[in-house]
Amino acid sequence: MDTVIHTTKLTKRFGSFIAANEITFDVYRGEIFGFLGANGAGKTTAMRMLCGLSKPSSGTAAIAGFDIYKQTEEIKKNIGYMSQKFSLYEDLTVLENIRFFGGIYGLSDKQLKEKSEQLIATLGMKNETKKMVGALPLGWKQKLSFSVAILHEPKIVFLDEPTGGVDPVTRRQFWDLIYEAADNGITVFVTTHYMDEAEYCNRISMMVDGEIKALNTPAKLKQQYSATSMDEVFYELARGAKRSE
Amino acid sequence: MKDVVLNNIAKIYNKGTVQAVNDVSFHVNKGELFGLIGPDGAGKTSIFRILTTLLLPDGGTASVNGFDVVKDYKTIRKNVGYMPGRFSLYPDLSVQENLNFFASIFNTSVRENYDLIKDIYIQLESFKDRRAGKLSGGMKQKLALCCALIHRPTVLFLDEPTTGVDVVSRKEFWEMLKRLKQQGITILVSTPYMDEATLCERIALIQNGSIMSIDTPQNIIEQFSENLFAVKSDNMGSLLQDLKNIEIVKSCNAFGAYHHVTFKDDNQEMKEALIRVLEEKQHTNIELNPITATIEDCFIKLMEDKEWTL
Repeated sequence: MDTVIHTTKLTKRFGSFIAANEITFDVYRGEIFGFLGANGAGKTTAMRMLCGLSKPSSGTAAIAGFDIYKQTEEIKKNIGYMSQKFSLYEDLTVLENIRFFGGIYGLSDKQLKEKSEQLIATLGMKNETKKMVGALPLGWKQKLSFSVAILHEPKIVFLDEPTGGVDPVTRRQFWDLIYEAADNGITVFVTTHYMDEAEYCNRISMMVDGEIKALNTPAKLKQQYSATSMDEVFYELARGAKRSE
Repeated sequence: MKDVVLNNIAKIYNKGTVQAVNDVSFHVNKGELFGLIGPDGAGKTSIFRILTTLLLPDGGTASVNGFDVVKDYKTIRKNVGYMPGRFSLYPDLSVQENLNFFASIFNTSVRENYDLIKDIYIQLESFKDRRAGKLSGGMKQKLALCCALIHRPTVLFLDEPTTGVDVVSRKEFWEMLKRLKQQGITILVSTPYMDEATLCERIALIQNGSIMSIDTPQNIIEQFSENLFAVKSDNMGSLLQDLKNIEIVKSCNAFGAYHHVTFKDDNQEMKEALIRVLEEKQHTNIELNPITATIEDCFIKLMEDKEWTL
């Protein structure tokens, strides 16, 4: 299996506070990897390092084969990112957003044209291309935002709570898109507060107080903690946490 | 007695183009813990802002403690507690200063109503001199709840208090709400998390500005009119795709470790028939068990039924 994320004792300190403490793990190509943890466990800090946005205090990591200290620009070119908070420009139209983000990632005019037509057809948004993104329902915005995040066919896409507040039907459609991306070889690195979504991941890591306390498939984790649901696993692991956000 | 009453409330934004709240009617009884359950954009916050007199409705009437939300807004503001979805305390005042400030504008003191907030405030006490803006997310939420309670409100409005909060903290928050309810405070709370619905006494399921159903969680679940099954096999991804294309299957949704399925024809043979088809499609370790619907199953069904009639 190809390894697309490889970290060894990755650590981030803010003064005396250790936000991420010697985290070591691998993520493989085409995998859906759930990155879970309580508020304040250090997920955001870890994700920022993996995206090349924050320099680790110690430890090593390679993202899509690039060094986390020296090749952060290469990392950024090879990943996609989407979160509930920042996704698209609300005062640009659907098509303008696609062109803007595609352009930033260096797609040619020809690629941009092909890709945007394909994307709009897949999402069934033909009548919405000239609408401002701000006027779209949240569910559509999130689906569009995800499709834009993988427009440049990144090796890895980081999704930070992509389905927060989305209705249950759209939430499931969103996961269909995630599966499709993973089938196409894109590695999906996702955080969520919905424990049913944890079940859809191939493997899950659980962060508690800056450390990865558990990492396995959902089935094995449930077995390990004698739990019937991921909810129970999470509760079992997180309730011992000393710090909260 | 009814503490909150809404009759055909409507709210329209952007010069009539966005119908945020559409003919919404419900009531909350005195001392009740009532949940408004729905996704972002369903209209929950608009309803809260109308009831707390911060937004004028474009149609319909509403009252809180018998006072009209338009005419008697001053009285309502004195009596209710409101915790908005976004942190709205003074970030440059300390924990204690915020609390004293809110107590004094309501003409009361922290001491007078301390028993009401004691359980929650104890968890904040060691940070009492810290500026509110420097608190962690969980601590901010607890302080906001204290400030909303400090004048002993008759009705407490909590707009998405648990959004973005992890499972453990969510559980703690709901336990706090149960204790407040025991003190006789009427609570209207909104949430996008369907699993929190069963923690309320009655709920309204809301989508696109309209109420789809109002009842106790138990009754809403009982009204789920079809037999529901949970299905599992070794390959859940292809199972979902296959189920969607099987003739006898009416609906199929992923629900964590299982997929939930209903049949077009609701009889016992369908179960065996489905297992046969799945075996033909090379699925292994197939499990198929009858289950009780969850609120999320009900929500999805109501959404789909609604689209049928449109």
